[in-house]
Amino acid sequence: MDFTYDDEQEALRDAVRGLVGKAYHDYEQRRQAVKEDPGFSEQQWARLAEMGVLGLPFAEEDGGVGAGPTEIGIVCQELGRTIAPEPFLASVVLAGGLVSAAGTPEQRAEVLGALAAGERLLAFAHDEPGRRWGASAEQVTASADGDSWSLTGVKEPVPHGARADLLVVSAALPEGGTGLFLVQPDADGVTREGYATYDGGRAAKVAFDGAAATPLGEAGLDVTASIATVQDITRVMAGNQALGAMQTLLKATTDYLKTRKQFGVTLNTFQALNFRAADMYTSLELTHSLVAWATMVIAAGDPDEVAEAAARASLQVSRGGRHVGQEAIQLHGGIAMTAEYSVGMFVAHLTALDHLLGDGNHQVRVLSTKVADYDALDPLDV
Amino acid sequence: MIEGRELTKEQIVEAQQTLNAAGLAVPHWPEEYGGRGWTDLQRHIWLEELQRAGVPTPLAFNASMIGPVIAHFGTEEQKKEFLPKTANLDIWWSQGFSEPDAGSDLASLRTTAVKDGDDWVVNGQKAWTTLGQFGDWIFTLVRTDPDVKKQAGISMLLIDMTSPGLEVRPVQLIDGSYEVNEVWFDDVRVPADNLVGELNGGWTIAKFLLGNERVGVAPVGSTKRILARAKDLAKETSDGEGGTLLDDPLVRARIVELENELLALELTALRVVAHSADGEPHPASSVLKLKGTELQQAVSELMVDLAGPASVASGAGDASDLAEWARISTPTYLNLRKASIYGGSNEIQRQIISRTILGL
Ligand SMILES: Cc1cc2nc3c(=O)[nH]c(=O)nc-3n(C[C@H](O)[C@H](O)[C@H](O)COP(=O)(O)OP(=O)(O)OC[C@H]3O[C@@H](n4cnc5c(N)ncnc54)[C@H](O)[C@@H]3O)c2cc1C
Ligand SMILES: Cc1cc2nc3c(=O)[nH]c(=O)nc-3n(C[C@H](O)[C@H](O)[C@H](O)COP(=O)(O)OP(=O)(O)OC[C@H]3O[C@@H](n4cnc5c(N)ncnc54)[C@H](O)[C@@H]3O)c2cc1C
Repeated sequence: MDFTYDDEQEALRDAVRGLVGKAYHDYEQRRQAVKEDPGFSEQQWARLAEMGVLGLPFAEEDGGVGAGPTEIGIVCQELGRTIAPEPFLASVVLAGGLVSAAGTPEQRAEVLGALAAGERLLAFAHDEPGRRWGASAEQVTASADGDSWSLTGVKEPVPHGARADLLVVSAALPEGGTGLFLVQPDADGVTREGYATYDGGRAAKVAFDGAAATPLGEAGLDVTASIATVQDITRVMAGNQALGAMQTLLKATTDYLKTRKQFGVTLNTFQALNFRAADMYTSLELTHSLVAWATMVIAAGDPDEVAEAAARASLQVSRGGRHVGQEAIQLHGGIAMTAEYSVGMFVAHLTALDHLLGDGNHQVRVLSTKVADYDALDPLDV
Repeated sequence: MIEGRELTKEQIVEAQQTLNAAGLAVPHWPEEYGGRGWTDLQRHIWLEELQRAGVPTPLAFNASMIGPVIAHFGTEEQKKEFLPKTANLDIWWSQGFSEPDAGSDLASLRTTAVKDGDDWVVNGQKAWTTLGQFGDWIFTLVRTDPDVKKQAGISMLLIDMTSPGLEVRPVQLIDGSYEVNEVWFDDVRVPADNLVGELNGGWTIAKFLLGNERVGVAPVGSTKRILARAKDLAKETSDGEGGTLLDDPLVRARIVELENELLALELTALRVVAHSADGEPHPASSVLKLKGTELQQAVSELMVDLAGPASVASGAGDASDLAEWARISTPTYLNLRKASIYGGSNEIQRQIISRTILGL
């Protein structure tokens, strides 16, 4: 297990940090970027494409770069450090990841090439009202008439669903199981209502009423397992993003403790507060380790191991993220409650990431079903 | 209220005026000023019942803060002028204590009042003024003597918020709401009669006021109500696998733990109010603020987790297929991070416990 970055990985980190930092080092820039739809900077998205970031995960023959999970994790961490609003996680890692996992060679080349070039934004329409974080679809159903397929039902919330140029949609198949489809958002029978989320992101309700859909990959094939694996990878990448945000929160907090004066002294005069910062650091380091480990497990590639590592990392990210976020606000006092100051929004973003693909208790639930099947955990064993 | 929606100013006023007409808006005030002279225990039970029933409690700035202060320290004219309107919420009061550099260290406040003829001339800035956008009057702590020990040079002034030179600037919070404001004073002239109590006696009044604030600062009744509602919602919300959220042992365990902590807090609150003699707060009242706000926050966090994936859809309108309670759960959770910061932060409460109770 090697936790260090090689030269190329460090170069990637520096390049992304430079680009993202330029756009969002001042929190006000981020605030302005999320004010109007689509909730991020199209210009910045184009710059990420130019740098090759949007094609990182995809195979070279699909128009991508063929980079590994460590590189993708680096990008996510850097985006998290400024809570950059560009939808790398939703569009590239999740929606793009599904196309990469389930699409035909032609679909992959066409869709992923355009995604990597920044020409086509993808969104994964999967969550359904009343359902929670699973890999299958139930309420949106697919029906076939000869070779042509259509979808009916409601997906909500769909991250970046209103801005998307192409939707990847999960749907219950006529013969059972869940299939994936590509849907043109301007097709007849598709309606979208977009809205802002509390962290400045965007989501939408997307309703399908007999909307024309193209099967992604082989028609009628149950791809629940592929969806689950791409969700697991996204969980780990969301963890990387959360880790970046937590690092910034701790730094903001220690900086503040050193400069804010009350009772004629800076707040770091009070050991009670410094110890709380030390506890935040402890949470951050533990989170860092689990996220880095889970990222490496993805590289090894076994889906069951990825599932377990993703659940364990997500559990720690959830617990650690709440701890660091809540304490960051508390140690700042009132200023962190304001929209103008960055800390509150970082905490909001951590909360959104936490509920994107299953919060800590969801992971406990998943992991506890297997607790009797092994004696002790060995990270090298997974 | 029960649905967790925000109330309008009109609804808050209507609720208080309805209570006042029935003699129930300020029952803890002295009888001669429209109260019933209730004890802390009676007042506690009354507040709990209001919260449990989802009745908006009388505006704290009026009923718990400035009203009792004027009744205790005010002149006869001030009592006549202000108390009936304060009880009836004809005057909406704002609290102008904190400043950007005077938070936990309230006594370091810098807003000044200088005597000029029959008036005080006020200059400076107050921060965090809750619902100042609705305020008619603001009770302020101002520095009237810069040359003595910090606490000894502070006075309390009542200021008409329509005075020339007074400006209210809204501040947006992290949940998108506008509930706090900055209040700026630029040569605001305040009649000398609006001084409360003695000149440079403001710190004593502030301590009296903050001591009163502690009864009712732990919103046990409303937290219990929200937890009960969480249980109902868990019972009627699908887990996506054919059951409900309340079938989940983790959800049940979490609710049981919270219920138990709330029970302990409720009983502690009763012990505290039953033994607070002569207006002196029971030393354990800091426990109420500390634990009460933590539980308020924990229950709001539970709501977010029950809402699950729907919790991110905060900006969705009525066209959404996601339940309203789920959509507002996270803004509420984020907003309530304030509870452990204001009214004497929870660190300040720990300091009170360690110093005054434990003698450390
Ligand atoms: C079972 C056991 C085995 C041990 N074995 C050995 C051994 O083999 N060899 C050996 O040399 N020693 C040994 N020790 C001693 C051990 O290292 C000391 O107990 C330890 O250094 C703490 O000292 P103390 O017990 O005097 O507590 P104190 O130093 O008096 O501390 C009391 C409390 O105050 C806290 N505290 C102290 N200073 C600060 C500060 N500045 N800020 C905040 N908190 C503070 C401490 O964390 C502790 O909670 C052993 C102790 C135990 C209990
Ligand atoms: C939503 C909201 C509404 C408010 N409404 C009003 C209002 O209507 N009127 C009004 O006058 N004020 C109001 N306040 C202000 C509130 O009282 C202050 O925010 C509070 O006193 C804390 O001050 P601060 O925010 O400046 O934090 P600071 O005092 O700067 O504290 C920062 C951190 O340091 C800790 N800390 C400070 N001193 C110590 C110490 N000695 N030992 C250990 N820890 C310490 C604090 O607990 C906190 O964690 C409101 C605040 C908020 C957030």
